[in-house]
Amino acid sequence: MTHAIVVENLTKRFDSVTAVAGISLAVPQGALFGFLGPNGAGKTTTITMLTGLARPDTGTIRIDGLDCTTRPRAAQDRIGVVPDESNLYPELTGFENLCFCAALYGIDRTERRARARELLDAFGLTGAGDRRFGGYSKGMKRRLTVAAGIIHRPPILFLDEPTSGIDVASARQLRQMIATLRGKGTTVFLTTHHIEEAERLCDRVAFIVAGRVVREDTVDALLEPVRDRHALLVACAGLDAATAAALPRAFPGLEFPLLEPDRMRVEAHTPIPVAPLVRHLDERGVRVLEARRARPTLEDVFIRVTGLEAGALGADKGNGNSGGKGGNA
Amino acid sequence: MKTWIAFWNILLKDMRTYYLKPPNVSWGLLFPLVWTGMFLVRSGGGLDDVAALLPGLVAVSVLFGTTSMLAVTVTFEKKHRSFERLLLAPIPLEVLMLAKTGGAIFFGMVNAFVPLGLAALFVADLPLVAWGAFTATVLLVAVSSAFLGLFIAVAVSEVFEAQTFSNFLRFPMLFLCGLFFPIERLPALLQPLSYALPLTYGADAIRGTVLGAATMPLALDLGALAAFCALLFGLSLRNIRRRWIA
Repeated sequence: MTHAIVVENLTKRFDSVTAVAGISLAVPQGALFGFLGPNGAGKTTTITMLTGLARPDTGTIRIDGLDCTTRPRAAQDRIGVVPDESNLYPELTGFENLCFCAALYGIDRTERRARARELLDAFGLTGAGDRRFGGYSKGMKRRLTVAAGIIHRPPILFLDEPTSGIDVASARQLRQMIATLRGKGTTVFLTTHHIEEAERLCDRVAFIVAGRVVREDTVDALLEPVRDRHALLVACAGLDAATAAALPRAFPGLEFPLLEPDRMRVEAHTPIPVAPLVRHLDERGVRVLEARRARPTLEDVFIRVTGLEAGALGADKGNGNSGGKGGNA
Repeated sequence: MKTWIAFWNILLKDMRTYYLKPPNVSWGLLFPLVWTGMFLVRSGGGLDDVAALLPGLVAVSVLFGTTSMLAVTVTFEKKHRSFERLLLAPIPLEVLMLAKTGGAIFFGMVNAFVPLGLAALFVADLPLVAWGAFTATVLLVAVSSAFLGLFIAVAVSEVFEAQTFSNFLRFPMLFLCGLFFPIERLPALLQPLSYALPLTYGADAIRGTVLGAATMPLALDLGALAAFCALLFGLSLRNIRRRWIA
């Protein structure tokens, strides 16, 4: 298998803090690779090193077979980068921004103008092409920033939180765009705190916690341990600590990975008997407001693997719009 | 060719976005005029004194024309992360920074010719101007001043810090570099400091090429300016690599 990105033993320290501690990754060519982790886990530091904006203390990075240490410019020619902030030039129009970004990659005038028009059209921004970027809405800015990242048709694209902080329609459009790019053979390295987004889009996912990759595999393989599990989400009122603590003893076949005064998550390898559970709670003065089945998700895997709540992924990130239920919890 | 396209477009964008904007152009024209007026009023002399003031005015126009905008714009772009786009472009860092400073250098050179042109048109007879040497000198003053602006931009994080640091360096240079007062009249303690500043050599060379009254050989002035250019550019690149691509 050919790999677009190969990282070996990557380490980065800032004074006494180790931001990235010996990461090794291999992203197959044409894959959509998700890089998930809580804030401060080392995702952004890793991306800045992969894109040439920071130098690793140790380790090697190969982009499309090119050693980033010895041939950084050649490697940068093969990547597109969409940072977590829409950082185009506010005083230029959308069209001018795209043309300028194309020029940075040495594309001649005729081609860059044609490409800019093509991308404005593809991202639904044709009508806004002559308006200044500074006057765009958040969603429009994000779309144009993604367009700028692919203006030179890079074989590898780094996307850092592409749908963070934008409206649902724009997020959906961007996800479709990402899927299309992947369909055309572009390798996509995606950082997102919307765990459901990663599950829906990615072929492979790596979980990074405290600067280390704790698990990396295909989404199917990651979901395998939870695929046969049954899960129930219960919304309730009045669940006190004593009742909660007694639940595992009362229902030995069930697991309660989440127990809070107003909600709980119940898991088992067999179908979960809802009526006895509701009755048990009701007899102890706990009012069950809602109980619904939950499909095993990557969020469950993330919680199992990292020991963290999925909410830790997006604790400080944007408003969360994509319906990534774990990420926005 | 690809590098050249990137270089040219970075330069053009900066010219359009920053340097050729009416406020900046008017500042470039206004500044030398205000300085001329101020010194004329202060000296009580007539319009004939303009020729004597001209070398200092040219030097100060170049200094302020180049450093003002460059230090602020680079800091601003860095702060708003649009500078990252440039650092991600597959062009050598040296080419990128030459493109970023190119607009300031051009603008500084244009500024240099404003007081000279005005003096030639309306006031003074300028038979002594050695145009070739003058242009070369102005170019080196503009380049060294632009690289000083770049050095400032790389050393700070905030726009207000860039402005403060710029003024911290520029205003003492007005008095220390022999622009309007001979260095010999400065306190002995300060005189060595004058010779550690690039504008001292630039002002002396301009005085030589405009009035034929330099105190040092032209080759020494130009050599010193070139050395300052190399030093400031080298330091700026080193700081960029250490601070921005660390």
